[in-house]
Amino acid sequence: MVLSVERLSKAYGGVQAVRDVSFSVAAGEMVAIIGPNGAGKTTCFNMLNGQLSPDSGDIRLGGSSIAGVPPHRIWRLGVGRTFQVTATFGSMSVRENVQTALRSFYRENFSFGRAAGARYVEEADALLERVGMRDQGERACAVLAYGDLKRVELAVALANRPRLLLMDEPTAGMAPEERGALMQLVVDLARRERLAVLFTEHDMSMVFGYASRVIVLHQGEVIAEGLPEAIRNDARVREVYLGDA
Amino acid sequence: MSGSALLLQFLNGLAGASSLFLIAAGLSLIFGVSRIVNFAHGSLFMLGMYVCVWLAPKVGYWASVPLAAMLVALCGALIEVGLLRRIYKAPELLQLLATFALVLVIKDFALWAWGPEDLLGPRAPGLTGAVPIAGRQFPQYDLFLIAIGPAFFVLLHLLLTRTRFGILVRAATEDREMASALGVNQRGLFTAVFALGAALAGIGGALAIPREPANLEIDLAVVSDAFVVVVVGGMGSIPGAFLAALLIAEIKAFCIGLGYSELTLVAEFIVMAVVLIARPWGLLGRPIAELRGRDQADFRLAATKPMLAMLAVLALVPIATSGYALVLLTDVLVFVIFAVSLHLLLGPAGMVSFGHAAYFGLGAYGAGLLVLRYEAPMELALLAAPLLALTGAAVFGWLCVRLSGIYLAMLTLALAQIVWSVVYQWDSVTGGSNGLVGIWPAEWLASRPAYYFLALVVCALSVGALWRIVGSPFGQALRACRDSPLRSEAIGINVRAQQWAAFAIAGTFAGVAGSLYAFSKGSISPETLSVPRSVDALVMVLLGGVQTLVGPVLGAALFTWLEDSVSREVAYWRAGIGAVILLLVLALPYGIGGLLRKWSSR
Repeated sequence: MVLSVERLSKAYGGVQAVRDVSFSVAAGEMVAIIGPNGAGKTTCFNMLNGQLSPDSGDIRLGGSSIAGVPPHRIWRLGVGRTFQVTATFGSMSVRENVQTALRSFYRENFSFGRAAGARYVEEADALLERVGMRDQGERACAVLAYGDLKRVELAVALANRPRLLLMDEPTAGMAPEERGALMQLVVDLARRERLAVLFTEHDMSMVFGYASRVIVLHQGEVIAEGLPEAIRNDARVREVYLGDA
Repeated sequence: MSGSALLLQFLNGLAGASSLFLIAAGLSLIFGVSRIVNFAHGSLFMLGMYVCVWLAPKVGYWASVPLAAMLVALCGALIEVGLLRRIYKAPELLQLLATFALVLVIKDFALWAWGPEDLLGPRAPGLTGAVPIAGRQFPQYDLFLIAIGPAFFVLLHLLLTRTRFGILVRAATEDREMASALGVNQRGLFTAVFALGAALAGIGGALAIPREPANLEIDLAVVSDAFVVVVVGGMGSIPGAFLAALLIAEIKAFCIGLGYSELTLVAEFIVMAVVLIARPWGLLGRPIAELRGRDQADFRLAATKPMLAMLAVLALVPIATSGYALVLLTDVLVFVIFAVSLHLLLGPAGMVSFGHAAYFGLGAYGAGLLVLRYEAPMELALLAAPLLALTGAAVFGWLCVRLSGIYLAMLTLALAQIVWSVVYQWDSVTGGSNGLVGIWPAEWLASRPAYYFLALVVCALSVGALWRIVGSPFGQALRACRDSPLRSEAIGINVRAQQWAAFAIAGTFAGVAGSLYAFSKGSISPETLSVPRSVDALVMVLLGGVQTLVGPVLGAALFTWLEDSVSREVAYWRAGIGAVILLLVLALPYGIGGLLRKWSSR
């Protein structure tokens, strides 16, 4: 298992946002976490990625615990992350965004002597090529369309050659015709490079079209887990989502 | 300490807390609605003092208090309508600078209206006696002050919870956009809140009169105390301000009562550090939604050749003259280093430091102390003094990088004020208010041209080094942290470590400037590291433009020349500088660098 989560819990004040959640993700697998708003998906993600530390439970990445470890160290262990609302460096060009991630990967954040601009240009272009953004490397991030920003974020998230990719609503805000292309890209990556992918998504056609397994959260708890087909027909899930019994 | 002495110190603390609360509550209230940190709040307090002393002989002390409050409130309303209203959407830094310009203008106004001498006011009629408490005499007036704080706390609480005005204020504090969407008349509300805050400051000033004379130095002292209270209590929280005012005032009272008045500042510093580490938003504060400015792309003006050409020209100047121009140019070179070091924080790191003079001063005092007290050779002192600045920046920076935005700016200011007070009070080491004299360069550097060349070389090397750092992987990672801390952490950048290092580097170069300054002047005083010096540096950077490193170089040169010529020609030069700042904020928000870019891109 690349990622295994054991009895993870988190409360804010009196609200139990996540309760006793356990699941795992294997290499090459694409797992979706779904659930209505407020089900605890983003809280879960933020614990996996170190933005929050869990109240109890454990998160293991390839066998070692990462619960409560800060995000910048989790990244060094091989976890890439994209955010629900894209987070990129707005004053930089597309290529510079990727270069910044690459320089960090090669541990140059405290290198003073060299000029940063010329470093890892080819590698950055190769990453942009993979997400179909190579020809836009010179453009400023601040002027990109939202769908393109999502792709830049993906290229940035791949810069550390992750073994686990965490994607919080990867297609939110994208045009419908772009969504499938992005998901197909991720599926190919997962297969080809044995990458474990965990994503949340509101668009059910993306979930059932591309996930190899689905976990359903409701009020902070896992209420169902299984293959997409099984989830689609699960009575409890239908009740939560559609309100029919 | 006996029981009765303890009790008395405690009561003294309570009296101090009332006056701190009045000023901090106003500051907090204004911040809550308008998101503006009113640097001039201490100046409004000072105005309250002067107005009270001025009116008391005419109408009696007790009548002068509400009159002072009303006049100061009117003044606050004018400030809001005339200035602040235009800059609500400007970046925080510009807002802080604009209100600092008001500090300068109000100070010169008070100087013009009431003169430079401290003015002693009347004692409060009816409350001039003392009451025996636990076998000791305690002033009646202080008892009255003790009651005033809680009384205003209750009044403010009722105003905010029981009146329509209060509900609007709280709505605007919680969610400005929502309140305006619901049709709240923002303009009127903002003016009213600003006037109310100003009135509180005015009352605070007027009530302070029976205990201390009106003076021109009180403004910055009061406002940095208020900053500490608001940072500790939590921005925008009135109960927080009350609690923190009590805490800080009691600490002060006990340090003084125990006979360790020098420890007051250290104790204040430690309390602030502990609170900020445990609760970064203050005791009762909540995280503030960051109001982010537009992403203004950085740019590098292709300026290597012009800069080298300028360097060559500067190297030839001593052939033409060895007169005053050389002295002025040496000053310019020193302040170029200072401004460029601050630029690292303001520009790529996106951290507003309002206390950069602390590191400049540590460099200057380090140099002075090394040659005077330890008889170190000048060359060694010049090199070693910046290490003191480095140490200071590392200690303060460690605390500062835990905060961001406005909290960071206020903390840097409070920390710098602490350094200033230590230097000002520690007579035996720093020479107190007299400073240090007789810090001269080594013989081979003593002539004007020789020292000028030294400054030129050090300046060229420093600017070159900082230029390199900004363009290095380190500098770009720093920029990444500014653009998106969230994304930076998620690609393995330790944001705090990156920013901490930036603090240390910027502080070190400021120290280089300070040490060079000390030897060029021969004497230094606490003014070297005062808040106005920090603001000078900010103005230099903004005048030049914060988006490019060439900006601060130009800004420092222009500002130093301006200040030199203005302060020699004009009596009220501080107000003049204030006017320049206001002009800059209102008309030229991107500085000269921004103008150059506009022209070059045409």
